[in-house]
Amino acid sequence: MNGKQREKIEKDRTKSLKELGGFSLWRYLWRLLTSMRTALILLMLVGVASIPGSIIPQRSQNPFEVSDFFDRNPAISPWLDRFYFFDVFGSPWFSSIYVLLFISLIGCVIPRLNEYLRAIFEKPSPPPQSLQLMKGFQSFDSDSIGADKVLILSWLKKKGFRTAEFDGSITAEKGYLKESGNLIFHFAMIFILIGIAVSSIFGMRGDSIVNVGERFQNTPTSYDSMIPGRFYSVESLQPFQIKVDSFLAEYDPLTNQALNYELEVRVREELDSSEEEKVVRVNEPLTFGATRVFLQATGYSPQVTVRDGAGEVTFKGAVAFLPQDPNLTSAGAIKVPDMEPPIGFVGSFIPTAARDEVRGAFSSYPEVLDPRLLLAVWQGDLGMDDGKPQSIYRLDIENMERIGLKALRLGESYDFKVGSITFDGYLPWVNLQIIHDPGKKIALFGGLFALIGALGMLFIHRRRIWIRFSEENSVQLIDVAGFSSSNEELLLRELREFQEFLTLKKGES
Amino acid sequence: MDSKSLAYLSNNFIYSALAVFAIAFLLHAVETAWSVKSGEKRELDRSRTEKLARSATGLIILGNLIVAAALITRGASASRIPVANMYEFSITGAFIFTTAYLIALKKYNLRWLGILVAGLTLLTLGTAITLLYVESAPLVPALKSPWLLIHVATAIISGGIFLLANSLAAAFLVLEKMERNGVRSSWAHRLPSLDALDQLTYRLIALVFPIWTFSIIAGAIWAEAAWGRYWGWDPKETWAFITWVAYAAYLHARVTAGWKGRKAAWLCLIAGSTFLFNYVYVNIWGTGKHTYSGL
Repeated sequence: MNGKQREKIEKDRTKSLKELGGFSLWRYLWRLLTSMRTALILLMLVGVASIPGSIIPQRSQNPFEVSDFFDRNPAISPWLDRFYFFDVFGSPWFSSIYVLLFISLIGCVIPRLNEYLRAIFEKPSPPPQSLQLMKGFQSFDSDSIGADKVLILSWLKKKGFRTAEFDGSITAEKGYLKESGNLIFHFAMIFILIGIAVSSIFGMRGDSIVNVGERFQNTPTSYDSMIPGRFYSVESLQPFQIKVDSFLAEYDPLTNQALNYELEVRVREELDSSEEEKVVRVNEPLTFGATRVFLQATGYSPQVTVRDGAGEVTFKGAVAFLPQDPNLTSAGAIKVPDMEPPIGFVGSFIPTAARDEVRGAFSSYPEVLDPRLLLAVWQGDLGMDDGKPQSIYRLDIENMERIGLKALRLGESYDFKVGSITFDGYLPWVNLQIIHDPGKKIALFGGLFALIGALGMLFIHRRRIWIRFSEENSVQLIDVAGFSSSNEELLLRELREFQEFLTLKKGES
Repeated sequence: MDSKSLAYLSNNFIYSALAVFAIAFLLHAVETAWSVKSGEKRELDRSRTEKLARSATGLIILGNLIVAAALITRGASASRIPVANMYEFSITGAFIFTTAYLIALKKYNLRWLGILVAGLTLLTLGTAITLLYVESAPLVPALKSPWLLIHVATAIISGGIFLLANSLAAAFLVLEKMERNGVRSSWAHRLPSLDALDQLTYRLIALVFPIWTFSIIAGAIWAEAAWGRYWGWDPKETWAFITWVAYAAYLHARVTAGWKGRKAAWLCLIAGSTFLFNYVYVNIWGTGKHTYSGL
């Protein structure tokens, strides 16, 4: 289908809209939505609508920056929030453009598929009346030409043209794959959109912090956080197990930049299957069907022992702290509700201790070379009994009182009168990100087919050659001309070749 | 040689290339000015500047070879391909842009574009070494993947060709305005017809669109392996998508709506500016996972 034909169809469409009766409002809307112009406008709108999502911080990407933005722009932020500007890609207005584009695309492509299927089985149509007005027109008399109709037809066939004979004329057509490419491309786009929808509806993503030496069991309670899709069922979690054996992190001693992370694990696919040893790296996740486990972040869990005034152990274990900077200065909280009164510690773990005037104590290197555990001891109500959800990394100090402050080296203890705490050691932890994404294969195939389609649609060109035989004053005449909507240069080159063939034949005979 | 001295050598190559491109730019400028014969008729006499133009092209080839040497030494200094940060991306992009021009020059009569090519390369290399320079360093773990080569190389190739197509579209707009107000100025006589410019721009966009599509898909496959999601509306991803949409609209407008000439050229420039915005704004001031500029 060329541009003019398509334009005509568009015109016919809008014309017939006026003739429709009242009950056909829906048909009117359908036609309006599925017109090429609307599809184009919607395509542009998706582009424009995604701009705010790249300039205003998004909750889905960085919730801290969103709250930061709220603090800096208190007047306008609530309004932006009301119109979903912090969740652009999940907002009703973005989704509605996306859905409309999806429908419009289907409405555009299906009629074209029908037309294409019809055209592919049809013979090319007869040449227009006045070939003189068409591209590359030339007229030859039979004296200068040796080729007859049969030879011409076989030459055209050899060149890959599809030919049709009419009374005294031939139409030859080539480049049908252009429209195939075009349709493949647009269907592939629909597949990508379906893949994205499947991912977000049936998918799941969750995080779990696991200390080296510990085991991760894929059950809901093992997760620190989980975002399931609307139709994701927790029962469908695959029962795999990951035992974290060792974690290696290498850093560049000059720039402190991370060079390599390597996580050695033992994996069980099912509860009763045998253990397998595997290595996880940043670009090499573990795969369990459509679920993959990624190595996402790392930090340290200081190990402590807390004793009460009588010397009884009230807490012993490793507590994960969250990194605050690239050198892994980490912050966290240790809560000991089993003491009377309850005790809490606000802590900083510093892998390689350094100190300056401005920052106080900080870490100068992400590996553990000279560790310190800085602790503030708080006594009072930990606020854990009132049922409110609490961060495990923070101490709610509202009803508490500070009773001590200390920096500990490895192995040192601090006696804070009502008890004591010992800095026993530390464990590295890794953040495993578990992602179930059933739509990604659909999207991937969509992407690959989009590419194949794009190549066909942009590099194959549809062109026609028309030949008419006539007689004037008992001289045989052959008129030749052609048409191509996308590449005239190519058409003219082929017409020249054809002309050479005609005259060459004469020379030979 | 150790990695420090290789990186140092690479920088010296860039400085040399800057000098070579500056001379090429001057030669082209002189050539453009001199080809206009003074006098009443203000005709073009290209015979007297042919030699100048040829030597300018020779210098562009030389400059490009020096940039290639800079890329190789820079890559060798960190034992990887030199596309890991904005500085390296810029010099690689400049290399692709100039190479694309030189290849096109073999087929089309594009010598007149040389002044723009030399100027833009000079600008890109100069910005890179002064504003975007970072020390040569090994890769962070997230970048350690064969996809780095595939994804980033196709993105750079796209960038180079986008820039060339946009130079042509810009030239089209200038000449088109000139012709609308009367006749072309005499210096512009030797430039191709509006139709030829329009066609060539379209050809380049049709060529680059599948490459850009491929780059985005390769990026998505990589993102799935490294970050666990193939698409996350990260600012860089968002703007790559916007550029894709804009050029898709350009192709639609050309093919189905029959837009040619001025409207199409403007659309091309708008689409090109989204690429530039992505490159400059998102890399330097933006947030997200794609901020590898090191600035």
